[in-house]
Amino acid sequence: MTNPIINLVDGSFIFIIAISVLLLIGVTLAMLYFCFRYSEKRNPQADQSITGNTTLEVIWTVIPLFLVLGMFFYGWEGFKVMRNIPENAMMVKVTGKMWAWSFEYENGKKSDTLLYLPYAKDVRFELHSSDVIHSFYVPAFRVKEDCVPGRTNKMWFNTSRMGEFDILCAEYCGMNHAYMLGKLRIVPEEEFNEWVNKKDTVQNTQQSQSPSVDTTKKVITDTVKLKSDTTFIRQK
Amino acid sequence: MSHTLAHNEVSFLEYQGKHKGIWGWLLTLDHKRIGIMYLVAILLFFFVAMTLGILMRLEMLTPGETIMKPQTYNSIFTLHGVIMVFLFIIPAIPAVFGNFILPIQIGAKDVIFPRLNLFSWYLYIIGGILAIISLFTGGGAADTGWTFYVPYSIRSAQNVSMATFAAFVLGFSSILTGINFIATIHRLRAPGMTWFRLPLFIWGLYATSWIQVLATPIIGITLALIILERMLGIGVFDPALGGDPLLYQHLFWIYSHPAVYIMILPAMGVVSEILPTFARKDVFGYKQIAISSLGIALIGYLVWGHHMFASGMSNTSRVVFSLLTFLVAIPTGVKIFNWVATLYKGSIKFSAPLYYVLAFIFIFSVGGLTGLVLGALATDVHVTDTYFVVAHFHYVMFGGMGIMFFATCHYWFPKVFGKMYNEKLAVIACTVIIIGFNILYFPMFIMGYMGMPRRYYDYLPEFQGWHVLSTVGSWILVSGIMFMFGNLFYALFKGTKAATNPWGGTTLEWRVPSPPPLENFDEIPVVTGGPYVHDKPTYIMHPSRELQHQNGGGKISQEVKSH
Repeated sequence: MTNPIINLVDGSFIFIIAISVLLLIGVTLAMLYFCFRYSEKRNPQADQSITGNTTLEVIWTVIPLFLVLGMFFYGWEGFKVMRNIPENAMMVKVTGKMWAWSFEYENGKKSDTLLYLPYAKDVRFELHSSDVIHSFYVPAFRVKEDCVPGRTNKMWFNTSRMGEFDILCAEYCGMNHAYMLGKLRIVPEEEFNEWVNKKDTVQNTQQSQSPSVDTTKKVITDTVKLKSDTTFIRQK
Repeated sequence: MSHTLAHNEVSFLEYQGKHKGIWGWLLTLDHKRIGIMYLVAILLFFFVAMTLGILMRLEMLTPGETIMKPQTYNSIFTLHGVIMVFLFIIPAIPAVFGNFILPIQIGAKDVIFPRLNLFSWYLYIIGGILAIISLFTGGGAADTGWTFYVPYSIRSAQNVSMATFAAFVLGFSSILTGINFIATIHRLRAPGMTWFRLPLFIWGLYATSWIQVLATPIIGITLALIILERMLGIGVFDPALGGDPLLYQHLFWIYSHPAVYIMILPAMGVVSEILPTFARKDVFGYKQIAISSLGIALIGYLVWGHHMFASGMSNTSRVVFSLLTFLVAIPTGVKIFNWVATLYKGSIKFSAPLYYVLAFIFIFSVGGLTGLVLGALATDVHVTDTYFVVAHFHYVMFGGMGIMFFATCHYWFPKVFGKMYNEKLAVIACTVIIIGFNILYFPMFIMGYMGMPRRYYDYLPEFQGWHVLSTVGSWILVSGIMFMFGNLFYALFKGTKAATNPWGGTTLEWRVPSPPPLENFDEIPVVTGGPYVHDKPTYIMHPSRELQHQNGGGKISQEVKSH
């Protein structure tokens, strides 16, 4: 399935890098050629009459201007898609706190660390923080937005790929910043509905809590294979 | 006049004034001695921050704990950033070589406020000492990153207040040096040194000084507000008290983005000095290079928002800041094209400073061009706060300013110390540095695009290969740097005596002895042409004698105007 955000981010990245590589090769080759051709051995007498050239100055001001404007517009196109949040998209409330993620669905269902989403849906996120600034980053979907305490930032993407993906905190938030990780699991819609509608009654809250803690540990210790700070684990 | 000549019979290094020995340095008002005092202090801090960098790379060698705990790692990257930015990159070229070379290049005997100059050095030292004290007092070394983002910097139990106060004091050193340079450039140019006859290094310093004077007060106020917020809870930035964390980011970057131009413009100035000297011809597009320095300084003021594309800032401001960011690429491009064109039809003499400049042009171009990825909105959202940014700013800051600092150390070494270093070893060191640099930082671009966030103590296993490569690069780079400074240090004691003009340079510092005498010139010279003219003399070094002989005296102004 195509995902407009991924396509536009990767597209503008390739566009910018391609032009940049051409410019870099041009500048470097010109520099190396001049160094070879006009070394003191091959050219014992420098031409003192050359002090500038207005035509050249105009050329290398105007052409780069158009190139960077092109890059700007390409980047803007992608950004418009990122910021144009579909109104009918399902909503998930994301809360960052030192140093874990929690998610809340429209029906009140809550989940720690693990973000379940249905396949091929537009999902919008309301981003909150309960302490310092965090940044909700899902590299596989090329999106990131800060969770700033005291405000609600928004972002969205289309769950165009099935599977498990990393959720990272991208804004430095203290000691265990590197361990503020989550898992995004995109599953078929029926599977998701079954999961999200499993009501956590008072009795089985305990039961559903403990797997959740287990999942947290599993994500941190197994899947992610990180050596967590021991004090942090003990606190959990 | 005889009094002046008596001063000028010995070099500034040998001259004995009112104070002897160490006091002859600590109480000196001579811009050259102050420059060397800055050099000693700055190198000390550079080695400390470099060691911290090595330790960080070592920790990144394996996932999980390699040599330190997360808290230590967080403090180390904070210190690495704070020391490198505030104590090395910002002051290195202006405070060391600006101080030493600026008055000589414009034909003056000193800066206009020598006492203020010495005071700035003491502020720098006090700031540095405060930064060191902050490590061992209160809660220990700050762990906020050099950006001190709120609310984390308000809540951190570490000694953030002292560290920000250190940066506050260093800011004053920077402002006062800026004022001193602006006034010196306006008031102390030798007769005939019109604005468009100024060496391009001076243009770089001039643009930098204005940013220092106008932007630094903003960071001063911002850091002071953090201290007040931590101590009194005034609630300007903390949302729990009705403050706004984004306000902090705006204020921080209103200074800190122009600050990257404070860092790079003097380095660009040195590029424009070294190229015409070793190409043995006039620089290509003098006016464009000079004006583009001001252009970069001006537009550089208006692009700070590109640090905040994922912060929740309004969509409109994100678009405007993105557009302005792309515009700053234009004057930068103009400089690079003119530098390359300067080589055209030159008669190039290859030497260590030139090798550094060639490496600079390549590395800085990589840094600048990857900056375009960060300027574009769609791509920035993905790579901001990842290793891509770390790679980018090390390419522009270290690859730009750092490499040019090394170039500068070689280019003006014979002038400052009157000794020559071993050329062959210098070129070998330069090669090792360039190879190590690219192995260290290039993998970070790749990791960044793959989604490796910056300031991570630990990482996912798929990144390990790139991290190992990068760490190996850091070992090569540091070996090169140690080798380079070793070579220069050896030359300080055992180097052969340097001639007045070992490179065939055309600016005024190459017309005075190496090392220069106390007051630089016996007599203020008269300037009759541009700074990089190779085929005819453009300075009259002893106007009272030479002009009297030619014109019968009293016609200095006429002589100056006629050119």
